[in-house]
Amino acid sequence: MPKRTDIKRVLVIGSGPIVIGQACEFDYSGTQACKALRAEGLEVILVNSNPATIMTDPEIADRTYVEPLTPDVLEKIIDRERPDAVLPTVGGQTALNLAVALSENGTLEKYGVELIGASVDAIMLAEDRLKFREAMREIGADVPESRYVRNMEEAVDAVDALGFPIIIRPSFTLGGVGGGIAYNIEELRELASRGIDLSPVHQVLLEESVIGWKEFELEVMRDCADNFVVICSIENVDPMGVHTGDSITVAPALTLTDKEYQRMRDLGRRIIRRVGVETGGSNIQFAINPENGRIIVIEMNPRVSRSSALASKATGFPIAKIAAKLALGYHLDEIPNDITRLTPASFEPTIDYVVVKVPRWAFEKFPRADRTLTTQMKSVGEVMAIGRTFKEAFMKAFASLELGSSGLLFSQNTRRLAGGLTADEEEGALQRELSVPTDRRMWAVFRAFERGWTVEELHELTKIDRWFLVQFSQLVELQRSAGLVGLRGMSRDMFRTLKRSGFGDRELSGILGADEESIRSARLEHGLKASYKRIDTCAAEFESFTPYLYGTYEQECEADPTPRQKVVILGSGPNRIGQGIEFDYCCCHAAFALREEGFETVMVNCNPETVSTDYDTVDRLYFEPLTFEDVSSIIAREQETGGDVACVVQYGGQTPLKLALSLQQAGIRILGTSPDSIDLAEDRERFAQLLWDLGIPQAPSGSATTPDEARDVAATIGFPLVVRPSYVLGGRAMAIVYDVAALDRYMIRAVAASPGHPILIDKFLEDAVELDVDAVADSTGAVVIGGIMEHIEEAGIHSGDSSCVIPPFKVIDRHVALIRDYTRRIARALNVVGLMNAQFAIREDTIYVLEVNPRASRTVPYLSKATGVPLAKVAARVMIGRTLAQLGLTEDLDVSGYFVKTPVFPFVRFPGVDTILGPEMKSTGEVMGGASTFGIAFAKAQLAAGMQLPKEGTAFISVNNHDKPAVVQIARDLRDLGFRLVATRGTANYLRAHGLSAEIVFKVNEGRPHVGDEILNDRIQMVINTPLGRESFFDDRTVRRIAMMHGVPSITTLTGAAATVQAIKALRGEGLTVRALQEYHAEAATRKA
Amino acid sequence: MKAILALENGSWYEGEAAGAAGETGGEVVFNTSLTGYQEILTDPSYSGQIVTMTCPEIGNYGVAADDGESRKPQVAGFIVRDESPVASNWRSDSTLREYLVRHNVVAISDIDTRALTRVLRSAGVMRGIIATGDVDPRALVEQARGLAPMEGSDLVLGVTCDAPFDWKPARPDEFTTSAERQPGRALRVAAYDYGMKWNILRRFTAYGCDVRVFPATAPASDLLASNPDGVFLSNGPGDPAALSYAVHNARELVKSEVPVFGICLGHQILSLAMGGSTYKLKFGHRGANHPVKELETGKVEITSQNHGFAVDADSLPKDVKVTHVNLYDGTVEGLRHETMPVFCVQYHPEAAPGPHDADYLFRQFLDEMEKRA
Repeated sequence: MPKRTDIKRVLVIGSGPIVIGQACEFDYSGTQACKALRAEGLEVILVNSNPATIMTDPEIADRTYVEPLTPDVLEKIIDRERPDAVLPTVGGQTALNLAVALSENGTLEKYGVELIGASVDAIMLAEDRLKFREAMREIGADVPESRYVRNMEEAVDAVDALGFPIIIRPSFTLGGVGGGIAYNIEELRELASRGIDLSPVHQVLLEESVIGWKEFELEVMRDCADNFVVICSIENVDPMGVHTGDSITVAPALTLTDKEYQRMRDLGRRIIRRVGVETGGSNIQFAINPENGRIIVIEMNPRVSRSSALASKATGFPIAKIAAKLALGYHLDEIPNDITRLTPASFEPTIDYVVVKVPRWAFEKFPRADRTLTTQMKSVGEVMAIGRTFKEAFMKAFASLELGSSGLLFSQNTRRLAGGLTADEEEGALQRELSVPTDRRMWAVFRAFERGWTVEELHELTKIDRWFLVQFSQLVELQRSAGLVGLRGMSRDMFRTLKRSGFGDRELSGILGADEESIRSARLEHGLKASYKRIDTCAAEFESFTPYLYGTYEQECEADPTPRQKVVILGSGPNRIGQGIEFDYCCCHAAFALREEGFETVMVNCNPETVSTDYDTVDRLYFEPLTFEDVSSIIAREQETGGDVACVVQYGGQTPLKLALSLQQAGIRILGTSPDSIDLAEDRERFAQLLWDLGIPQAPSGSATTPDEARDVAATIGFPLVVRPSYVLGGRAMAIVYDVAALDRYMIRAVAASPGHPILIDKFLEDAVELDVDAVADSTGAVVIGGIMEHIEEAGIHSGDSSCVIPPFKVIDRHVALIRDYTRRIARALNVVGLMNAQFAIREDTIYVLEVNPRASRTVPYLSKATGVPLAKVAARVMIGRTLAQLGLTEDLDVSGYFVKTPVFPFVRFPGVDTILGPEMKSTGEVMGGASTFGIAFAKAQLAAGMQLPKEGTAFISVNNHDKPAVVQIARDLRDLGFRLVATRGTANYLRAHGLSAEIVFKVNEGRPHVGDEILNDRIQMVINTPLGRESFFDDRTVRRIAMMHGVPSITTLTGAAATVQAIKALRGEGLTVRALQEYHAEAATRKA
Repeated sequence: MKAILALENGSWYEGEAAGAAGETGGEVVFNTSLTGYQEILTDPSYSGQIVTMTCPEIGNYGVAADDGESRKPQVAGFIVRDESPVASNWRSDSTLREYLVRHNVVAISDIDTRALTRVLRSAGVMRGIIATGDVDPRALVEQARGLAPMEGSDLVLGVTCDAPFDWKPARPDEFTTSAERQPGRALRVAAYDYGMKWNILRRFTAYGCDVRVFPATAPASDLLASNPDGVFLSNGPGDPAALSYAVHNARELVKSEVPVFGICLGHQILSLAMGGSTYKLKFGHRGANHPVKELETGKVEITSQNHGFAVDADSLPKDVKVTHVNLYDGTVEGLRHETMPVFCVQYHPEAAPGPHDADYLFRQFLDEMEKRA
């Protein structure tokens, strides 16, 4: 069939900010879909609130709206753009929910817009568990017994029928938010009531537990001619009970007979048909009882998903791209397979390697969070590794996690016993760690095998399939034999076996008690080096034309490098808090720019969610861990044919930077700013000297390794202080201390955690205004400032967690000029060639430099979207020798209007964790709002971050004494806007004293009804609550959490509150309008001309 | 124990013995199916062949009594990348190695199976020897060169049954897919056993047919004398062109007006009988993911395949129509006679291993048989 000719304009809905359960895999799939649609000659209109995405690059779509993802805003866009169709299947659950909303509120009908990819009926059927269950029974598929409940009574009745343990699944929430497993009536009460609260329709499903069963997923596709293919089967190493996003998974499924697998495949076909997904991809989850093979259907997602991104990377089959084409009416057999070129997409990929995915959690950021893994996803990122065997892929995946020494699978026993645990205690601890899954369970499995536990014992406790456990025990056995012979006594055969089983040089260094360099040279002496194999969708049955490679220890190498000039770009590894999609965005841009400049581009990365690991982003893709061993081996292979090979390390965040010096020492040319300059900026003493020489102020600082030293430093600098360990990423373990007692507490903890490492102590510039600056500098010393971003929250909030705005709206021109001057001088002094980020603070007419990082920063994509100038691309060109003048950039960049960036947080997933912000970064993603005024831009950003600002109602105010004077004006503005004011006693008295009437409401511990009740009863529409600088009170935390769970805006800084007031004013005055990035950029260009 | 795989092109691979000790020779081929190594091992069509599994982890779920496609392994030898030391499945009776040793199948593991596959893909399948223990690879290469080539080999005589018998169906289990429909009355099928996979028989049972199985050498008149509602020609090993007796019998059947259905070798024999010719493919089709298009409806089936020879489309007489083609390489996958009730497919609608997409062909055979009655 030819494609449909009645569709000319398509609106693609993105997935919004990165949150747990919905990460950059949707940038990958959305970008693929947009490219595929445009390649078919369609006009693509894109909406996504997340600026840190490749898909929102203005050249990816014809019209790009970085606007809030709400039904109202989408209606405005549809009204303006009049698309023929909406594609909602590449933007996660967010896009599906929006599609349903647009259908239900009549927008689609009103504008005559068709949904393509999935119908509302199909979406509803897959989402509504009751309907889904009935549909499954109709087609003869087994499902777990379950009941819907809307209150506790019904819940108790249901559990009588279904028994404990019981699974709680709230309806219509993302990534299982609010779900869990209850083992007793207490837990049921807690989880069911939370779930009922969180569900938009106030309903939860209670479901028969199949905990401990084997868990599988199928990635399937169907076209409008009812052709059906399975792209990939995935097996969860962690059995049922752990969310698949939190499970270690492997592709292909490894423990199913053909009969079991084909039965599952048959079910898959019946399910996608019955649900009614006429074109596109779906993900279907199954559970199989290991005792008798009973198979049940768990759920189905009628869209591309995290697992389909994984499946695409695991097989080389681009699911999102093909799904977009199928939505246009193509049949699978009409679409060619890009990798083999000669064969069509209507086949089932088969692979001759094993893929292992391991999640990456960020519990260190949320110390109070429960680390137990359940049906609600908690991980923030993932790594994928490819090996010829399961063992190899598994070991490579763990090496990819970048967890430092705690990531090593072996030698953890000695560490634990050194930590003071007795052998008995350790046995008990192990038992618990094995039976209750947490992020650290796999290390417990290895410790248990090292201690001689048997496969049966581990199976009993973990329910992990014996096949996997035997693989692990074999790894432990190999490690034991290696440890016995040592490095000197090791034969080539044994060394080869270890490498073929995936043991990295680093892991071997721990096992053999030798440094990594000795391991490496011994290995090379034995002639053992990695060879590279291709991912080709067909297990070598046909020739492949895409160099998508992974390393292994095999006879034949298929890397086949060219003698061209090439640049190796090192990616940023797994997403984590503080290092997310922004860096992948930058890496992709480096690749795009350098390819345009005629270089052969080579990417190294291990994050399957990313655009950078799409096989057509670069000329050559190595899906490998970002370790020195793997990177240097790739570069060595690429150098073999004689072409010049240089390396980009400044785009992937800390991950590649950590490798910069060792790569340079190994003789590899680093492009752009030298590793020494990068080091200079990170080395406090050297950097302080440099600023001193330049005459640029810096906050007073010092460092200490003991509590006594810290007190001495505090005595000279004076409180408050910012304290942090010398190695930091995303503000890890950073704190603000206001007095000696707090300083002592911090120091004692820090010294215990890492003895000997200095703690950095800075004067905390209280109430200062902070600014972020991104600039590009070239080798002639020219510097172009991309933008100066003013933080909306005052100093003390991590820059990644602070909302910010460009252009600055409160900073006076003289200060802006000074900041430009400082930035230029620092860039020149550091000999920056490429990107540089600097952070400044303004306090009492002095501008202090807080930090300078001569590398890509988190704000680069946001700034690029605001200005319309792709800074990362510009910097990449500068790094290979072009000058800014050659690139036509002679002036600092400007924007048309205001652009506000606002972070989003994962607090909803971590009950008990305070939502208060501080110097430790906690946000997972960001959104951008743009408008001609600050107020609307801010309101849009808030809306995009999920915070609907009230236009009227009651505001609750409770602030600390320090903030009381300044809150008066905010309260007055709110009153003038018609808000009723309520406050806690102290704040209310203060407001009354300043002529504002404020009703008193009880704190949570003062009696009832208290403020929490008032929020739950919808009597409070907004919360302004600033905590004391030190440990906040439990009361505050409760209020903030109730507000968050109930969807009431909760503002914890006064500057944030002031901005909110401005936004409410603007919302009531002007209202929201929408505008495409292309329009903003055209206006900025005109203005300049 | 060490083992070596030597090929007639002069190359060899050193690995570990993964089955019985000893030496074996055959045509080295590769199969890309991710599941179903037991079905592959026991498929008589692999007689005379050493099968390489491209899926690297093999043996994980062991071997189960109910999953065989014949009484014992039929391959000449077996090649895997990584052999599982355990059998992890509730139905398994033994590990893969125990099974191979018990049936004296020589196997090798721990070699670069992808490199081997790439050689076979570009140079074509070739003869090879697996030998365990301390062996001289150069001597093995010479030995491989001395093996009889597949072209012209009648391997059917080694795997067909000795005498006619009635297939006694086992009770269907939870893995039996239900038939699209049941016949109005009990139907009798007479089947030529050229090395028939048991799942073909199981599918006939599911479709309500009683099957009498005949040796490959039985005259067509014997089959027709049993007064069948339809005649079936099974899969099997080797070169169809070497089976003049089978082609002769097939010619009789085509003329008989009894509905005839053929699979794989049966399809090739029917093609020859109807006047077509066959040729050897460079590296064959062996796997469970091959897309086949049914030309009449345009529907694409994902199919299970195992064949080294193919029918030449240009050789076919006018009254034989190509019904199915392979979307990988355009080769003939299915034929139908315009006037006689004869149809056949190159691939395996009985699956085992592989997808069940083409099961409808059994229903079509049912239709043909009922139409005539």
